[in-house]
Amino acid sequence: MNLLLWGVLPYLAIGLLVGGAIWRYRYDKFGWTTRSSQLYESRLLRIGSPLFHFGLLLVVGGHIMGLVIPESWTAKAGISEHGYHLTAVVLGGIAGVATLAGITILIFRRRTVRSVFAATTKNDKLMYVVLVLALVAGLATTVLANGSGDGYNYRATVAPWFRSLFILQPRIADMAAVPFAFKLHTLIGMALFAIWPFTRLIHAFAAPVQYLFRPYLVYRSRDDKTGLRPARPGWDR
Amino acid sequence: MRIMAQMAMVMNLDKCIGCHTCSVTCKQVWTNRTGMEYVWFNNVESRPGQGYPRRYEDQEKWQGGWKRTRNGGLKLKAGGRFKKLLTIFSNPTLPSLEDYYEPWTYDYRTLTDAPAGDDVPVAQPVSQITGRPMAVTRGANWDDALGGPVNQDPMLEKLNEQVKLEYEEAFLFYLPRLCNHCLNPSCVASCPSGAMYKRAEDGIVLVDQDQCRGWRMCVTGCPYKKVYFNHSTGKAEKCTFCYPRIEVGLPTVCSETCVGRLRYLGLLLYDADRVTAAASVADEQDLYQAQLDVILDPNDDVIAAAALNAGIPQDWLDAARKSPVYQLVKEYQVALPLHPEYRTLPMVWYIPPLSPMVNALAQTGHDGEAQGNLFGAIGSLRIPVEYLASLFSAGDPAPVTWSLQTLAAMRAYMSKKNLGEAADSDPAMDRLYRLLALAKYEERYVIPAAHTEQAHQLEEAVCSVAGYEGGEAAFGSDSGRPVPVSIESFHLTKERQTRDQP
Repeated sequence: MNLLLWGVLPYLAIGLLVGGAIWRYRYDKFGWTTRSSQLYESRLLRIGSPLFHFGLLLVVGGHIMGLVIPESWTAKAGISEHGYHLTAVVLGGIAGVATLAGITILIFRRRTVRSVFAATTKNDKLMYVVLVLALVAGLATTVLANGSGDGYNYRATVAPWFRSLFILQPRIADMAAVPFAFKLHTLIGMALFAIWPFTRLIHAFAAPVQYLFRPYLVYRSRDDKTGLRPARPGWDR
Repeated sequence: MRIMAQMAMVMNLDKCIGCHTCSVTCKQVWTNRTGMEYVWFNNVESRPGQGYPRRYEDQEKWQGGWKRTRNGGLKLKAGGRFKKLLTIFSNPTLPSLEDYYEPWTYDYRTLTDAPAGDDVPVAQPVSQITGRPMAVTRGANWDDALGGPVNQDPMLEKLNEQVKLEYEEAFLFYLPRLCNHCLNPSCVASCPSGAMYKRAEDGIVLVDQDQCRGWRMCVTGCPYKKVYFNHSTGKAEKCTFCYPRIEVGLPTVCSETCVGRLRYLGLLLYDADRVTAAASVADEQDLYQAQLDVILDPNDDVIAAAALNAGIPQDWLDAARKSPVYQLVKEYQVALPLHPEYRTLPMVWYIPPLSPMVNALAQTGHDGEAQGNLFGAIGSLRIPVEYLASLFSAGDPAPVTWSLQTLAAMRAYMSKKNLGEAADSDPAMDRLYRLLALAKYEERYVIPAAHTEQAHQLEEAVCSVAGYEGGEAAFGSDSGRPVPVSIESFHLTKERQTRDQP
């Protein structure tokens, strides 16, 4: 059971995430969009959307800090376990609450504004359920497991397991021993990653960072010399 | 010098009768799809009036176009790159559906399904957004023919002059608008994904539907609000200048179907290296002249040689020499750009209307066609010239006056000539008269076809507007590659129809 949950499912989720994104890029570039509903309503969106998205960016940053960077590195940098946890709980709590508040506003808006609701697909609804569950479970781990007393040091168990996935030697035993809240959050997170490329969440992979570096005006031409459009690969001709 | 060709349009506003045929035919061809119900790539506005979307010219609110920075550079009025990315989750200056209008259809079924009774059944308006019955409160041409709150015209507000709206003294003209396919397009510059581009061959500005990710910054970027958000596909769409038609040498649908034959299509050659400098001149009122200076004379041997050198084909150069647009814009300087102060260097040009003045003069008992009377009238009818200048020359009355005086002089000259009173024949005037009054199809639309050897690549650069009909497809949107829009050229069709292998 533990092997299935912590040794097989993660790879399934990663496979679906990567494979799905590639598949979507190849076959559904036209569907790859934010499908913004701002045209219908912007009063609630103006509050909810930045709250949710910026909160989520913080949350993602927190996960990278917690899961990717080994405890030994932060220790060498002179950050004590207690100090780290305090920061994680405070920052993570704020980010989690902001994200959750944001998505609450957004879902309220989606349900009550008729035009927005009319543009909501079944796919969207499923995605919202998984996303909210992941957020709630995540916030629960932050608050329940870490907020009380000295907290649970997930950087000794969950994080090594997460990193071990990428060297193809999953430390299943580490993960099998963590508290239930962490297990639940991890499972929902895997589900979220598995459906990610098949929902509107795919727009996150199109974050337009390159906008900061390209020239303002874009010319495209039949001429490969001056055109900015890359040549189509051979199988696509 | 980097010479590029630009397909451009001139509209002679004197001839526009406000029939909306251009808008309707355009809509039938391009925007009669789910998600695009509220969109008019071409619309005809009554001026003075609010326009569509309402008060789009109020750039203090909508932040469209460019602004000049203190050190003389250009910056998007809505903010730089960082600000764009920071406001990507909620664009603070995106017009809502309210600012356009909520599209509707009618519940026609009740007309046929209603049971027999004393009352005549009525087809209720039904929103195409929510599917619910709705009250129709506005549309794309809601203030047609001064039918709306004229005093809310943003350009009129700036004039600080009480415009008398009494029927006799009211002035009105129609302003057909489409994408200006600017030389310095702020929509392209606003696109975070880099999905919008200007075609190097003919300057047509397009949205790559495969690359657009729906960040909707282009809608804010365009000061003319001529990029629209398809709320069904979540992608930006805009006037394509009917590029599948242009590529095979046909005029755009709006031009083809124009009842008043007021549209002209032709090439302009310009120096792409000077575009940014021209768009960033300090004084707004110098922008029109700067824009003219960017346009090159195809009859100049040096320019012609450089154009050929830059890869512009000979037949395109020939077309540029015959271009009615070049003559009206640069030679006679009677056609002016719409809102040059937005610093986008728009490529749809307008000949300001003279008719109301001729009529006003005739009503006062003067000879409306006499040159002296007309010249005097142009100066004394302050409101129209100032108002026209606020539209076409950033408030500088000189270009508008020049244009109107040229038209007036032509009228007087032709009037005299027809009465046998003309002293000398004036070939330039004859040519202008022919261009404005008589020009046939081939003279109004001088469009060189895209080269067959280039046709394949042009199809690849296609900006597809595949028919998307909503519904619950995979991911709640369309899946699979869209079928690109493409009209075969004559030679391609012939080749396909006559080849041995299918």
